[in-house]
Amino acid sequence: MISTTGLVMSNITHHFGRTRVVDDVSLSIGPGELLCLLGPSGCGKTTTLRIAAGLESPSAGTVVLNSQLVSGDGVHLPPERRHVGFLFQDYALFPHLDVLGNVEFGIHTLSGAERKTRALEMLDQVGMKDYAQAWPHQLSGGQQQRVALARALAPNPGLMLLDEPFSGLDKRLRDQVRDETLHVLKRNRVSTLMVTHDPEEAMFMADRVAVMRQGRIVQMDQPEALYNRPADPFVASFFGEVNVFDAPVTNGMANTPLGRFAVGVGAAKAQVLIRPEGIGIADADGPEAVVLAARLLGRVSLIHLRVEHPSLPPAHLHARLSSRALPAEGERLRLSIDHSQVFIFPAT
Amino acid sequence: MPTYPHKTNGFKAPLPWLAAVVVLAALVALPVLVVAGNLLVPSGGIWGHLAATVLGSYIGNSIILMVCVGAGVALGGVGTAWLVTMCRFPFSRWLEWALLLPMAMPAYVVAYTYTGLLDYAGPVQGALRAVMGWTSARDYWFPEIRSLGGAVTVMVMVLYPYVYILARAAFLEQSVCVLEASRTLGRGPWRAFSQVALPLARPAVMAGIALALMETLNDFGTVHYFAVDTFTTGIYRTWLGMGQPAVAAQLGAVLMIFVAALIALERWSRGGAKSHHTTSRYRRLPRIPLPGWRGGLALAFSLLPVLLGFVIPAGMLTWWTFQVGLSASFGGDFTRLAGNSLLLALVAGLAAVAVAVVLAYAQRLHPRPLIRLAVRVASLGYAVPGSVIAVGIMVPLVALDRSIARTVEGWTGASPGLLLTGTIFALVYAYLVRFLAVSANTVEASLGKVTPSLEAAARTLGCGTVSALRRVHLPIIKGSLLSAVLLVFVDVMKELPATLIMRPFNFDTLATRTFTLASDERLADAGAPALAIVLVGLVPVLLLSRAIAKSRPGEPS
Repeated sequence: MISTTGLVMSNITHHFGRTRVVDDVSLSIGPGELLCLLGPSGCGKTTTLRIAAGLESPSAGTVVLNSQLVSGDGVHLPPERRHVGFLFQDYALFPHLDVLGNVEFGIHTLSGAERKTRALEMLDQVGMKDYAQAWPHQLSGGQQQRVALARALAPNPGLMLLDEPFSGLDKRLRDQVRDETLHVLKRNRVSTLMVTHDPEEAMFMADRVAVMRQGRIVQMDQPEALYNRPADPFVASFFGEVNVFDAPVTNGMANTPLGRFAVGVGAAKAQVLIRPEGIGIADADGPEAVVLAARLLGRVSLIHLRVEHPSLPPAHLHARLSSRALPAEGERLRLSIDHSQVFIFPAT
Repeated sequence: MPTYPHKTNGFKAPLPWLAAVVVLAALVALPVLVVAGNLLVPSGGIWGHLAATVLGSYIGNSIILMVCVGAGVALGGVGTAWLVTMCRFPFSRWLEWALLLPMAMPAYVVAYTYTGLLDYAGPVQGALRAVMGWTSARDYWFPEIRSLGGAVTVMVMVLYPYVYILARAAFLEQSVCVLEASRTLGRGPWRAFSQVALPLARPAVMAGIALALMETLNDFGTVHYFAVDTFTTGIYRTWLGMGQPAVAAQLGAVLMIFVAALIALERWSRGGAKSHHTTSRYRRLPRIPLPGWRGGLALAFSLLPVLLGFVIPAGMLTWWTFQVGLSASFGGDFTRLAGNSLLLALVAGLAAVAVAVVLAYAQRLHPRPLIRLAVRVASLGYAVPGSVIAVGIMVPLVALDRSIARTVEGWTGASPGLLLTGTIFALVYAYLVRFLAVSANTVEASLGKVTPSLEAAARTLGCGTVSALRRVHLPIIKGSLLSAVLLVFVDVMKELPATLIMRPFNFDTLATRTFTLASDERLADAGAPALAIVLVGLVPVLLLSRAIAKSRPGEPS
């Protein structure tokens, strides 16, 4: 398992008391790669991050950082000797130091002049050079986040760890800061492990995403693979709203109000998930539906539909259409199904 | 190939911290354990005699004192702290520091002054008699100051600042956002206080009340002078009067049960709730203006403790000093007394805070049962009355000195005498045992200001535990460290029983001199040294008031 990549975590397990919060997690991050840990709160993603930083010592498993064993096998390198940068959810700027003092904090072994040059260079990269003399409490949330980023990057860490770094910002600012952060990280070619509960954020930032649930990694892949080939219903539904059908299976086919879909052998029931954008309006054939409501949401419109079926209970479903022409309420439509947006999982 | 770094035991066995904490705690706990050990020593008939006669009144008086003083300091301390930090009324900024003044007043000095003021021969009753035409005590009723009620009044007047200081600091440190959030959620100022600010400040308030009650139980000077039977007077009497150190220590051990209950209560009230402020942003506190009669009421409420606890007693002391004459008052060995007091207080204050920082930080780094237990044990010293601490220290120190002397004599043939007993070292040790809880409570509460993520930020930016303490924790809690040094400083200045017993031969402090003179009913002569205690105690009180006003987190100081 030993390689020259940025970070390799192997079979990490961690307990808080009797609770197993991280369960046999293995992942690796290549040089300059950005991996996102994505999952609902309490899934163990932050603990995994803290283990990588050395802030927690795992119950079992090993952590190898830039080819050096830092956790496991009786070894625990304390956080101050790992050369990692950590970006905190609350930014954690030192209230007793000004902005420059904060950025210089991690590089105090440099000489005074070098230290100042390096700190100002980092502040310049994040666009905060003019605030070098300001105090943390004088800055807005977005500015604090930028300073925290500069502070974490100043010592040139071998690995950056980001813990929900944008969750304290409002939506518009978040998009902007996220964009800037991505560029700063990529410009510095630093391997990054980031934690978020927001799938859109994960897809925006990450080269690869690991979806976590109850301490385990459910699926780890590139964002488009997760979106297009989810490993289970949890992953499929985590990346956006889905229409869910619990369908009985006969002759290897799952019966839904929208038609029959092939299932693997052996299952008596199946879960069929169809993304709203996988439902379109057909010209002639296809299942029939009644429009309950139609709303324009901007780039897309959302259509609420009711589908009836002679032998199944009627279903309420959502379709997202890119067309701007809204059907009228009560109108009867024929639907088309994009099979690449349909995910079928045999139920056990 | 991975390189293997040093095999650190990491988080599993923090040996240096563990060792430091256990050694420090053992040193501080030693006198307590010596005293507690006396519970097991059979002491014959005297204990049975005490239990049958006076023990009931000791317990009853102590409980009444605790309940009344606790209620009094809570009301006075929290009420004034809230008014001056959150409201605007005439002189409120001025009261903010004036409310600290009674801290400089030892309870026994206040007891002496009110006795001088209110007893039969004092100016108040004299004036009443002159105005009303009464001729003797049989003609009228006047409250007896030398009573249990008088002791309660005196102690509330001088002990409320413990609650005031900690509650005020807690109110200042509360993020204004939290208060504003509660206002926008439909709470009026009063409900914002009772439902948000007060619960958030509760750990600090409980710590303040616990400190004040420990002081109450430890008070010797006031109850001795007012002839109220409590444990401390009983201990003093059985030890010095009856020559029964074991029985005295047993009374002390019973008293420790009271204080242990008090500490348990305080810890329980804090619960596991380590609340960290949800925002790191601080802004100036908006103060609620109180116009008209409401401002007048607030002013009266906040002014009363300053008048009763400081202005009137200080006036009385000044009057006595002038009555005796300035050259007679401050001549002679006065300078030496003051120097002795100052030196002891400063050394003890710094030592207590240094030890408290080590204990609190170790506990925070490694919240394991053994360390927690050690820290608890270390703070229990505050429970033990000064006189009993003296026994607890003297017994092992004398034994140590004797064995050193024997060894040295074996080598050189000449005995060096007793090296530690009856030195300043022994006295500072006693103060450390007694006042560590003061600094420990304050330091521990203030470390809560350093959020876990600030700590983690320092660690990931290359700081080891010691360097993080130096570069992050200490600068952030600077203001509270000053408070802690000052609290111990003032306590040592006033401390009486331990100093009386453990001082080096011919070594007098202002406190011991005041006590001796007052016990001889030379109240006016006691005015000058008492006034000096008050004045010396006043300087750090004023410095503290400026320092805590300035050192808010996030502002350059």
